[in-house]
Amino acid sequence: MAQVHLNDLHKVYPNGYEALKPSSFHIEDGEFVVLVGPSGCGKSTLLRMVAGLEEITAGALKIDDKVVNHVDPADRDIAMVFQNYALYPHMTVRKNIAYGLQNRKVAKDEIARKVDEAAEMLNLGEYLDRKPSQLSGGQRQRVAMGRAIVRDPSLFLFDEPLSNLDAKLRHQMRIEIKALQRRLGVTSIYVTHDQVEAMTMADRIIVMNAGRIEQIGTPEEVYHRPASTFVASFMGAPPMNLLPGEIADSALRFAGMELEGCGREAGPIVFGVRPEDILPDEDGALMLDVEIVEELGAHRLLHGTMGGEQVTMHVGKETAVSTGPLSVSVVPEAVSLFDPDSGLRLS
Amino acid sequence: MKRAGFATKWLPILLLVPQLTIIAVFFYWPAAHAVQSSFYLQDPFGFGSSFVGFDNYSDLMDNREYRRIAWFTVIFTVLVTFFSLAIALLLAVKADKVIRGAKSYRTLIMWVYAVAPPVAGFIGLILFNQSWGPLTRLIGQFGHQFTLGVNYTDTAFAMVLVSVWKQVPVNFIFFLSGLQSIPKSVREAALIDNRSASGRFWDVTFPLLAPTGFFLLIINITYALFDTFGVIDTLVKGEPGNNPMTLVYKVYVDGFRGNDLGGSSAQSVILMILVLALTVFQFRMLERRIHYT
Repeated sequence: MAQVHLNDLHKVYPNGYEALKPSSFHIEDGEFVVLVGPSGCGKSTLLRMVAGLEEITAGALKIDDKVVNHVDPADRDIAMVFQNYALYPHMTVRKNIAYGLQNRKVAKDEIARKVDEAAEMLNLGEYLDRKPSQLSGGQRQRVAMGRAIVRDPSLFLFDEPLSNLDAKLRHQMRIEIKALQRRLGVTSIYVTHDQVEAMTMADRIIVMNAGRIEQIGTPEEVYHRPASTFVASFMGAPPMNLLPGEIADSALRFAGMELEGCGREAGPIVFGVRPEDILPDEDGALMLDVEIVEELGAHRLLHGTMGGEQVTMHVGKETAVSTGPLSVSVVPEAVSLFDPDSGLRLS
Repeated sequence: MKRAGFATKWLPILLLVPQLTIIAVFFYWPAAHAVQSSFYLQDPFGFGSSFVGFDNYSDLMDNREYRRIAWFTVIFTVLVTFFSLAIALLLAVKADKVIRGAKSYRTLIMWVYAVAPPVAGFIGLILFNQSWGPLTRLIGQFGHQFTLGVNYTDTAFAMVLVSVWKQVPVNFIFFLSGLQSIPKSVREAALIDNRSASGRFWDVTFPLLAPTGFFLLIINITYALFDTFGVIDTLVKGEPGNNPMTLVYKVYVDGFRGNDLGGSSAQSVILMILVLALTVFQFRMLERRIHYT
């Protein structure tokens, strides 16, 4: 177990491309941190820098108060699970799992014991003498996990480990990985582009965009108090509704409608509200012109326009709905306000 | 998967005819001819021949010179195969790591591939020229008078050297593409699992190159046995004398210089059987073990 400190970590490729702007954060002992963002946002680069697979251009990377910028990947006491599993195709499952231990001069019987223990934990017992090519995707993923946990590393690194699995298996492995991490208590950094994975697995989420950290926070914070319009639209499915409005006379004006109780300076503003924070309300000040009803069983999504802007609203299955105009109101405390130029959260 | 078929059976046969004709004219017919003449003894002036059964073969088995040449061929093949594979692998591993100017390095190493064997042999002649060859002078610096075409060992050395030089680029291309087809993440996983670079090479990279390596082993053995003819012929300037030669060159010398068509045919039949055995071995191995996916 270990703490990880990133101090202005910076990555510029030799061709001049800045993959990661100087970024700092701190991961606590035993914490499960998820790096999430669209492809090309620098999250994998950041993980690979922690692993030692990418050189660090500037800044300091500390694992347990030891600067490891120039330490070999094999000496960082980390274990990594790769997106395509990266198993050694010519070795049996047993050898795949044991390889890292053999090179660390662990005694033979100790290796055998640990491999059996890991195989037991991951239900791999009967596959130990097979080659990776004889395993299914989920089993290969488990072998990759086994290879990581058998080493007892102080830090787990996951690089989109579930993206090659089908939806059902992904759901199951998500829970397994999380449970395993809880049980072992090993500090973990997990990279994904899937915001559902991030929300469900993380102790803390780090949202990244264009080589920059947009927000660091618990899943609740990131979801309910997004730090920018990017986070608001990236996290959550469907995303937060972002609507251009205006503040005048300390009231939020939007498309001819008014929301009281905003003690802010006058001027243009972007106001954001989650689909589930818009409620049907006969006396509501806002009018949603419902165009499509999306039936999802447990709930419904209403897609329509409000003052010319596309808006999505979430209603429970017991609410009767139809297309056409619908009076709604917004939960005032659930509204997020953003600066229209910088996209940053206000207040 | 649905298989495409032909409406009539004549069209596929018609399409196969050109290929089958080429194989028949350039392989089956001469091969059959060789088998046939290996049982005959030609008169020295080429006017007639008489059936001698297996005499040509049994003569070969008793012939000390033939055994000596066979033994040289074995050593020559082992040396050429080993060094061309080893040097090519070393170059490929190094070239694989080069990032800047990678293309230029690779092109420089590969261009030798385009050199025809007799030209390679001729370059060898220049390098080892008795009076001004740079390699002759270099070796002279170490106190050895290098005499190509006169000293048996010197000539053998030159043959091996030129043959290896000629074959390295082919192996290099295959090894390099083999290396580049190893998934990057597998190498990275090894980077985390093993701190020793040589350990990673022998545990992970080398076994994953084994299919390429095995294929090249067969190709190189065949090359050393048969395709070095041009190099040898140029290096000994067509005057074998007391110089080393391989079995293939001996076929040529006995048949065309010595006019012993029967004995020469018997030798080529033996070589044919050798190639056949090699091919069977290759297919067996390929089927059985050396692939992972």
